[in-house]
Amino acid sequence: MSETWLILGASSAMARAFARKLAERGDGLILAGRDTADLDRDAADARLRGAALAETIRVDLRDPAGFDAILARMTECEGTVSVAVFTGSMPPQSEIDADPALIEGVVIDNFTGPARLLLMLAPLIEARGAGTIVGVGSVAGDRGRIGNYVYGAAKAGFATCLSGLRNRLTRAGGHVVTVKPGFTDTAMTWGVEGMFLVAPPDKVAADILKAVERKRNVIYTPIFWLAIMGVIRAIPEPIFKKLSI
Amino acid sequence: MQWKTADYAGWGRAVRARGTLARPERLPALAAALTARGPAIGNRRSYGDAALNAGGAAIQMTRLDRLLSFDAETGVIEAEAGIPIAELLRLFAPRGWMPPVMPGTGFATLGGCIACDVHGKNHHGAGSFGQHVLAVTLMTDTGPRAVTPGTDPGLFRATMGGLGQTGAILSARLQLRPIPGQRMRVVETRIPDFDAFIAALDASTAEFAVGWVDATARRKRLGRGILEEGELLDGSRPGPIRRAKSVPLDAPGLLLSWPVIRLFNRWRLSRIPDSGRKRIRALDEFFFPLDALQDWNRLYGKRGFHQFQCVVPQDAAPALREILAAIAKSGIASPLAVLKRMGPGRAGHLSFPMAGYTLAVDLPARKTRAAPLYARLEDMVQAAGGRLYLAKDALARPATIAAMYPELDDWRAEIARADPEGHMTTDLMRRLKLRSAA
Repeated sequence: MSETWLILGASSAMARAFARKLAERGDGLILAGRDTADLDRDAADARLRGAALAETIRVDLRDPAGFDAILARMTECEGTVSVAVFTGSMPPQSEIDADPALIEGVVIDNFTGPARLLLMLAPLIEARGAGTIVGVGSVAGDRGRIGNYVYGAAKAGFATCLSGLRNRLTRAGGHVVTVKPGFTDTAMTWGVEGMFLVAPPDKVAADILKAVERKRNVIYTPIFWLAIMGVIRAIPEPIFKKLSI
Repeated sequence: MQWKTADYAGWGRAVRARGTLARPERLPALAAALTARGPAIGNRRSYGDAALNAGGAAIQMTRLDRLLSFDAETGVIEAEAGIPIAELLRLFAPRGWMPPVMPGTGFATLGGCIACDVHGKNHHGAGSFGQHVLAVTLMTDTGPRAVTPGTDPGLFRATMGGLGQTGAILSARLQLRPIPGQRMRVVETRIPDFDAFIAALDASTAEFAVGWVDATARRKRLGRGILEEGELLDGSRPGPIRRAKSVPLDAPGLLLSWPVIRLFNRWRLSRIPDSGRKRIRALDEFFFPLDALQDWNRLYGKRGFHQFQCVVPQDAAPALREILAAIAKSGIASPLAVLKRMGPGRAGHLSFPMAGYTLAVDLPARKTRAAPLYARLEDMVQAAGGRLYLAKDALARPATIAAMYPELDDWRAEIARADPEGHMTTDLMRRLKLRSAA
C-alpha cells in the first residue's frame, strides 16, 4: 500500500534529510513550508531520488487559514497518509526577555501551530486505520533552563500533546513517534555559542526512520541524549535553580 | 543569515585561516550571504589555501546539494554545487550511469570539481571534469545566471578550473557516463622501478589506471610500486556499502615516521604475487580508496602536511625520475606517491592537466625541510616544462606559477570582467598574485 507523507517545515536540514530517506523508499511527499519557490527544488530532488510523488504546498503556521487546503490535499492522497513535523523557531531567550510579546510566535511555531494542524489531520488517519505522525520536539523540552525556557516550554507542550495524540490514534491503527533531538548541525545552531556533540542531520534522520519502522514511541537522537537528559532531569530543583547549564 | 567566526583549513591543514563562514540551506539565504562578499567554497578537499579567505567571509555550499533534473535517455543531470561526487555515484550507478570523471575523494563537491577542473584515473582517455560540464549557473547580484560554452565561451572557460573566481557556482549540468554494471575488475601488478613504471603506464590499455609508488625506495629500486588497472564490469554491486572508519584524534609524529613507512610499503608490495593479482571491487572502493578512513588527514598530526603534485610533458619522464629521486633522498615524504599518465584534456585557462605524467606525494609540514624541498621540486618542475596543481599547492611562488600557466593573462581578462571588484578573492589568489598582472 502506498504511503504519502506531509512534511511540515520541509526546508529545514533535518526535514530535507528525512524526506530524502522516504524518497529512496519510494514514498510520496507533500513538502510544506513558506518558501515554495525553494521547496520546488527539494521536490525535484525527492522525485529524482525515487519519490512516487513530490509536490510543494504553502503553509504558514501563524496563518491557519491555509490549513484547510492542506487537509484537502492530504485527503486526496490514496493509501496511508502520514505526517512529519519539523517546524520550530528559537529566538535567543534574551530577545524574548526583552520583548515578552515574542512568546506567542514561539509557542505557535513550536506547539500550537503544528498541533492544530495535526488535530485536523488525525480523523483522516483514524478513518484510514493507518498512518504515522512524527513530531520533532527537543531535549530542551525536558526541563526549563535559563538559556531557552520559552522555547523549551513550547516543545514540552508539543511533546505532551503528541503523547495524548498517540494514546488516541493507537486505538485506530495509527502511530505517533516523538523525537527529541539533541544539538543538530542545522542553520538554527550554526554559529550559536555553547554547542557540543552536534549531530549531522542525516544521522538524526536515519534514527527517525528507524523509529518509524519499529513503531517506537519516544526517541532521543543521538541516543546518548537519553543519558544526558536523564541526569539533567534527576538534578533536584533546589540545586538546578542555581545552575546555568 | 547567520555567520560564524571559525578557524578553518584546507585538507592539508598546514595553512589555516580565521574568518566568517556562512552555510546557506536555501537560495534566498545564499543570495543574502553573497552580499557579504566572499568566495563560495565546497567541502574543503583542496589541500592548500584555494578555499580559504583569512579575515574575510566565505560561503560553504555543502547544504545546497539538491538534484534538479536527470534525463534517463541522455544521462544529463543538473544538480546544485554542494552535492558530493560520491553521492552522484551512489544515486546513479544503480541506474547505469556514473560521473564521467571522479577525483580521488568522493567528498569533493560538484562545484569543487568544476572550480579545480579535477582529473581522475581515466584522464588519459576521458579528459578533465570540466570537459563534461554542459552548463554552469552562477549566482549573481541579480539572480542566477546560466553560462554555457555557447552563450559565453570566455566566461565558461574561465570558470572551469577557475578556483571560484568567476562567481559562486550554484548548480551545473553534467553529462554522466553509461556503465555496464556496478563492479570493476582490478588488476594489480608489481613494478620494479621507475622506468618500468613509465613503460607499464604507456603500455596499459585499461580505461582506469593509477600507480602507487613506494616513495621510500631509492637507487635501483627507485620508483618501484604497484600499477592498478581497472575496467568496468556488468553485474550488481559486490558487497554492501561499507561504513567509513574515522581517525578520532591527531596522530603522534611517530606513526608516519620513515622506518614505519618503509615497513608498511614493504608489506604492501609483498602482498602482490609476481604474477599480479586480480580482484573484483565495488566502484566506490576503487575510485575513493582513502575515503574508507574518514579524516585521514589527521594522521599527519596537528601541524598537517603539504601535497606536492606536478605534471610533466610526455618527453620529460627522465626529469620526473630526478624529481622522484630528490623526494626519496630527502627522507621526509610519506608512504605513498601516486603516479599517473595524463592526456591533453583540459577545460579551462588554469586547468592543471597536460599530456604527460603526474606525480603526487605528501610532505609532512612538521618537517622543517619540507618547504625547502618543495621549492627545489618547484624549480625542477618548471625546468622540465611541467606545472604544479593549484588545488594542492600552499607553498609555490608567484613567478613560477605564472610561467607554468601560459593562459593566465586570458584568464585574468575574464576575471576582470566577471568579478571586477575582487569579491571572490581567496588566500591562494593573494599569495600567488593570480588575479593581478605582476
